[in-house]
Formats: sequence, structure tokens, C-alpha cells
Amino acid sequence: MLQHSYTHTAMSPSVPLQEMIRAIRSARTQCEERGVIQRECAAIRAQFRQADNGGRSHNLAKLLYVHMLGYPAHFGQMECVRMIASSRYSEKRVGYLGAMMLLDEKQDASLLITNSIKNDLSHSNQYVQSLALCTLACMGSAEMCRDLAPEIDRLLRASNSYIKKKAALCAVHIVRKVHELGELFAPAARSLLSEKNHGVLHGAVVLITELCERSSESLERFRKTVPDLVQIMKGLVISGYSPEHDVAGISDPFLQVRLLRLLRILGRNNETASDAMNDLLAQVATNTDSTKTVGNAVLYETVLTVLDIKSESGLRVLAVNILGRFLLNNDRNIRYIAMTSLQKIVGTDHNAVQRHRGTIVDCLKDQDASVKRRALDLSLALVSASNIRSMMKELLLFLSSCPPELRSQAANGIFTAAERYAPSKRWHIDTILHVLITAGGDVRDETVPNLIQLITNTSELHCYTVHKLYRALLSDISQQSLVQVACWCIGEYGDLLLRGDCQEVEPMQVCEDDVLDALETVLQSHMSSTATRGFALTATMKLSTRITDNVDRIRSIVSIYGSCIDLELQQRAVEYNALFKKYDHMRAAVLERMPVIERNSSGLINGDPTGEPVKEVQPSKVKTEVSLPLPQAADQTCDLLDLLSSSEQQPQSPPAAGSSILTQPLGTDCSAGRDLLDLLGGLEPTPPPTAVTVYEKDGVTLTIVCEKQSDSAMTVTLTGFNSSDCDVSSFTLQAAVPKSVQLHMKAPSGDSLPAGGAAKVTQVVLLNNPNKVNLKMRIRVSYSCRGSTVQETVQVDSFPGL
Amino acid sequence: MMRFLLLFSRQGRLRLQKWFTPMMDREKKKIIRDMTTMVLSRQPRTCNFMQWKDLKIIYKRYASLYFCLAIESQENELLALEVIHRYVELLDKYFGNVCELDIIFNFEKAYFILDEFLMGGEIQETSKQIVNRSIDASDMLQETLEEYMSKPAF
Repeated sequence: MLQHSYTHTAMSPSVPLQEMIRAIRSARTQCEERGVIQRECAAIRAQFRQADNGGRSHNLAKLLYVHMLGYPAHFGQMECVRMIASSRYSEKRVGYLGAMMLLDEKQDASLLITNSIKNDLSHSNQYVQSLALCTLACMGSAEMCRDLAPEIDRLLRASNSYIKKKAALCAVHIVRKVHELGELFAPAARSLLSEKNHGVLHGAVVLITELCERSSESLERFRKTVPDLVQIMKGLVISGYSPEHDVAGISDPFLQVRLLRLLRILGRNNETASDAMNDLLAQVATNTDSTKTVGNAVLYETVLTVLDIKSESGLRVLAVNILGRFLLNNDRNIRYIAMTSLQKIVGTDHNAVQRHRGTIVDCLKDQDASVKRRALDLSLALVSASNIRSMMKELLLFLSSCPPELRSQAANGIFTAAERYAPSKRWHIDTILHVLITAGGDVRDETVPNLIQLITNTSELHCYTVHKLYRALLSDISQQSLVQVACWCIGEYGDLLLRGDCQEVEPMQVCEDDVLDALETVLQSHMSSTATRGFALTATMKLSTRITDNVDRIRSIVSIYGSCIDLELQQRAVEYNALFKKYDHMRAAVLERMPVIERNSSGLINGDPTGEPVKEVQPSKVKTEVSLPLPQAADQTCDLLDLLSSSEQQPQSPPAAGSSILTQPLGTDCSAGRDLLDLLGGLEPTPPPTAVTVYEKDGVTLTIVCEKQSDSAMTVTLTGFNSSDCDVSSFTLQAAVPKSVQLHMKAPSGDSLPAGGAAKVTQVVLLNNPNKVNLKMRIRVSYSCRGSTVQETVQVDSFPGL
Repeated sequence: MMRFLLLFSRQGRLRLQKWFTPMMDREKKKIIRDMTTMVLSRQPRTCNFMQWKDLKIIYKRYASLYFCLAIESQENELLALEVIHRYVELLDKYFGNVCELDIIFNFEKAYFILDEFLMGGEIQETSKQIVNRSIDASDMLQETLEEYMSKPAF
């Protein structure tokens, strides 16, 4: 069954061990195996208890095998300790192996081997020393490291190269465990650089790298070694064939890569060091054979170094071109690492990476999911105003066939890109629709309100949009976000849909029944979520003012849903019913066309963090207009409630569609995601309005600033300020105006005014004076200061800026 | 540095585990499960690199064994492939056309060879010949010392 043919004198296999392994493997079931193992472990335990019988190493080896199968083996820990202390090499060897496998620094038993290690470090036989060094580097605890560090340092300086190379890596482990000990090894590390033995050199480079990464003083000190390192590297690159270290034509690629990495650390942020290695890097970049993986490994490291240090621009271009070549390599691994590297530099060397955009985009079609993912990241980073159209084509193509785990990232990335660089509104809307149709289930929740906002603001495309959405709805009602937007649009712009004339789409005769059929299908479909059905119901209701013939049908739909099990739908239906019955005179006003929605989140595009501080918006969200219902998805119920049950607001005569108390943001490009469309100021380029103080007492002041918004509307900003030296709290303002003037006070920014003017309170008041009466306002100020309440009333008769 | 090296068969049976940082047994078992699941579910003709937590996982299949090496993020993936390959070459030289059974029945030797090639998560010796010679010399030492030790003291 088992044939071995050793081609050289290897030690004879451990027969007892192999017999046990055979026995375990021949077990046919898990249960049988457990039985065998239990018996063997019992035997091993018995053997451990016996006196030394020459078979100890075999027993421990058996235990280690059992351990590897996943069975407990802690009872072997003490045996490891004993074996390590043995004078037989075979026992030491297995003992140390056992220690590395069964003990770690967290076990108490590991402390017990410290002494053995110490002794073995100065053993006369280098193979015994080697065992100790290996074990120390594997599982040496911090105490052991502190204890044995001087010994390691001694070995670093005075021993043969076999021991030196191991001592170097031991030192690396010690430094990782006890950072301060780095100082101890620095001098020895320096001198090791003049060794010829590659193993020792490699260890020295690793040690120096570790020291430089941990301490900036070391980094400074070792920068002086750059010329030496360059020399060593040159020697490797230029040297002829060396059989000892050759790998596919590259001389010691492992050492080359470590040297390059150390050079990278030393050259980072340092002009002089970077200059000193420039030529070498150019040489390696040009001369390294890239037909095999090993050559590419060296090239890869070279590229990483060039891009990280302060290299000349020519060298950088060379490096990026190497990455570009990697992208065309047949080896998938090489393509993958090319893309991860390009991703790192796409910010800093954007133009250089752009040159390889075509190849990167091709990688979107790669079979490998890892490559696809990288290609997606990189493609999204490369989208710019100049390539948006072609890139979007590729990205949308990708979206339609990409693996499911990437869909969400792709969809959201596409939205962000579209938002930033859309060449036209129509293109933007088309793109979003395309994404919703393809991957509607994978987009973020904000997409629906964001898209609605975009559509509302693009009034010239209302007709086009509603036609497109209607058609999309007819073909597929499974994508919730798409259906929601479609319903909303049909509700809003149903009249445009029915009119049937839209230049940009194929003519299609749509009659009222068709539209209502579509909405009803959504309402009744089991695929529709509750939110979606809410959209559909509201849309149906809105159509009651936009269609002429089928109002009764709508009435009946609405009344049916009045007994719907779902609470949300029921509530809406009941309220809509009420609109039909008791409040029919208000129905037209309530269901008016929506004005432009202002952007409420500060330039945040689909959650893309811009890092800019969020400007504090008056907490209006979209509750800007007092009189009109608001389009927030699930909020329609409570807004209507507000309207129907409101007591503080006087019944409004509906302002004409398209204008309202507040001026619309003047066609501002929402898709640019620029400035916060703050209600106050920033809308007209007028000189800053003057603030008038209307109240002043004991350091607490109230100022007003007025801004005319339209013929009859204005905003008054009240600002409270506290320059006294006691804190003011519960600062509230109340305002009253003549009967015919409409007033709306928005929520204040806060109610506390800390002493010394550290912060202020602002509150915005919206006024509408349609009858143009003489405007006066009475303001009551109340607050607490020094434990007592202050209440004062002031009258404002003149409003500057009006 | 390298964090761990695992060898497992196509059925997910572990043949060798080397951990370069201290870890609880429970953690090790979880990692072994994660690695075997991840690697064994990879499609053929996909690249040999994966991202797992903050580590890069390099894996390669040689006959019936998967070699799975975890490296830190600043390490060179292509070189890691070379490290795996070098270890396979060393095993091959030692056992002569190494196969999975060799590693099963002589696992302790697989470890001895590994411990001459890597140490503390870093490469210890870059020359194949030197590693081979060291192993041979240690083996010789084992034999001769055993003979020597089995002789009576007086």
C-alpha cells in the first residue's frame, strides 16, 4: 500500500507511528476512528508514565498526529517538556516540534522550556541550537524573549552563517514581541549587511525592515545603508547564473523582493534616499524577465516601491506602464494584482491610470469573480466627465450580467457616477431607470426619494419620464423601487400621460382605464410591498383630479381599501375617502402638482461621504410648505392628518401651481450635488441683509434679519445671542402677526445660549402678506437665567429689507 | 509576515498546520474550517488570491493537496506563490516524487523541512540546496546519535 523509495540516506521511518496511522486510516466510520484513537491515546499515556524506554519520540509523534486530526492532546505537554530536556537529538527534535504544536505562550508549561532553550542555544551542536532558535521564534513569549535576547544578540555576531540567519529571524520575533529590544539588535543588524551568505543577508534585511517599521530613529539611522542595499541588489541583478540561488533565471528573487521592500520603506518621503535608488529601480524594471511568475513578483515589488517613494516622473510612468502590461497578461493572478495596484494609485496618478482604462473595462468581462470585483472598483474610480457616456454603457452592460454579490456595489457606483457627471438630465433619468429595471432590488433605499426629486426638478422631461415609467411598469412590477417611482410619477403626471403626445417616445394611446388598470395591478399584486402599495394607492387618488371620466372608479377603489387589513393602506384609504366626502372642496388643492422638492441632505449623494461638514438645516426636511401634502414615501398619512386636523394653520387658498410661499431653488442643478439648498439666503445674489436688534437686556439680545422672497412672502430670521457671563436656558420665542398675515414658525435651532456668546439660537419665521397690510410682529421672548425666568414682549413695526 | 500555512486534501482533511502567531485552539479550528470552505468552493481557473478579513490568502493545488498560505497585506502575493512552490519542491526532493501519502505518514518530517525553510513567519533560507543539506545532516545526526546513545555508558 505504501511504497517509499528514498533517493538518499534519509532516516528510517518511525514504524510504530506509521502503524498507528495505518490503523486510524483503515477505520471505516468516524465512530471506529474515535475508538482506535482512544485506545492509542491510552497506550501513549501509559508509555508516558513509564520510565525511559527508547521509544519516547515515537509516542510523542503519535500523539502529535492524533492532535492534527483534531483530538485533544494536552496531556502530552509535559512530555514535550521532558523530551526537550533529553540529551538524545531524536527526542529533542520531536520534543521541540511538540512544543511548537501543543504549547503556546498562553500555556503555563511553555515557561518550563525556557531553561532548556537557553541551554540549547549554546549547545555545541548547531542542529540542536537550531531547534532552540526555531522554537523560540515560533512561540517565544515576551518574558522568554526578554530573558534570551542577549544570547540571541551574541549569536548574531559570532557564529556560523547557519546559526546567524536563524538568530536574525529570532531577533525579528523578539522585536515583534518586545519593541524596546529593537535597540539592542540594531548594531548587529547593520553589520550583517556585509555578509555574503544569502540566508544571513535575507535575515538581516528582514530584521532591519522590522526595526525601521517600528521606530523612526531606526529608520533615520538605517537610511544611511541605502547605498549598500543598492549595491547588494545590483549584484543580484547583474550577476551571472548562480546555481545556488537561481529561480527561472532570476537570482534569488526572495532576497530581491525583500531588498526592494526595505528600499521602499527607506525611500518613502525622503528625496535623497529616493534619488539614490532611482537608477537601480529603473534597471530592475527594465531588465527583469517577465515571462515567469517569479520575474513578475520582482517587477511587482519594484512597481510598488517606485510608486511609494519620491521617484522621478519618468520612472513613475514606467511603473504604471508595467502595470498596464500586467493587465494584458494571460495569467489571471497578474491581472488581479495589477488592478489592486492601480486602485491604490488611481487617486494620485489618475491620468496615468486613465490610459489603461480600456483594458480595465475589458476585465469587467473576466470569468474570475475577484478580477471582476477589482475591475469594478477601478472602473468606477476612472469615471470622469469626459468618458461618462462610454463608461456608463460598459457599466450598465456589466450590471446586467454581473454576479449577484457585486450588483449592489455596481448599482450604487453607477448612481454616484451618474449624479456627478450626467451630461444631461434626460441621460441621467434614463440611466437611473435602466439601473432600476436591471437591478432595482439591489439599490439603496434613498434611491427612490432621490429619483423622485430628480424627476420633479426636471420639469421639461415630465412627459417623457412618465411615459417611460408607465411602459416599464407595464412590463414588470417586481422591482419595488422602480414600481414606487413609476406609481408616484403616474400619480403626479398622469394628465401628461393621458394626453399622449410626447416627442421623445413612440406615440402610445393611453386611456384612463389603462392607467387605473396598471395601478390596480400593482395594488393587488402579491409581489408589491406595503410601501409600494401605498404609493399606488396615493397615485390612484391623485389621478382623481387629473382624469375626467373615471373618478367613480377611483372612489370605489379607495373605499374598498378602507377595509384593508394592512393598517397603513387602510388609514390612507379612509382619509382619501374623507377627501372625497367631507373635504371634497379641498381635494383639488390637496392633490395639486408637487412643487420642486429641495435637497435636504447636504450634498450627500446616495450616502457617498464627502467629508464636508453637514450644514445644519432648519429641521424642515420636506415639510416646507404648510399647505401642501408632502411626497415623502411613508409619510403621506401623517401629513394629510396634519392638514385635515390642523388648528393652528388657517385654511389656505391654494397658491398657483409652480409657486408657493417659498421660492423654488432656481433650477439649480441638483445632480451636481452642490451647495445645500438652504432655505435662507444663497438663493439670490443680494447683499447680506442687515440685522436689527429688537430686544436687549442684560447681555441677551435678539436680532432679526428679513428677506423678501416674493411679492407677498418673506422670511424673518430671529437670532438670540448671549454676551453675558451666565448661561441662558429654555430660550423660547413666540410671535404674533395681524390677522390677514400668514405666519409659520419653524423649529428653533436650540434653546440654550451659553455664556460669553459661545453659541446662538436661530429661528426662522415665514410670513405671507397677500393683502399687503401694514406688517407688524409681536415677539415674546422667554428664558431662564440665574435660576429665574425672564419674559418680555417686543413689538417690531418696521422690517428692514421689506 | 506570513500568518499561517495549511495543507489539506480535497475532502478537507488537514495534513499540516503551521501557525506563525499564537492563537487559541478554538480560533485555529475556526480558521481551518473557514479556509477549507473558502478554498474548496473556488471555481477552477480563478485566480489564486483571496481577501479574508485583513489578510491575503494565497492558495494553490498540487495534485490532491491544497496549500493555503495567509500573508499580511503588505506582502507580495506573487512571491507567496513562489514560497508555496519552493516548499513543494523541497518536499519533492526529500521524498522523491512526493505525494499526499508521504506527507500523511511522515508528517513530522514535513514539519522539519518546513522549519528549515521558514521561521517566525519569514523565509529563513533562500537556497534549495542548503535546506536540503541541513535536513540531511539533521537526519544523519539523529541516526548516529541514536546509535551512540544506545551504546552502554561503560
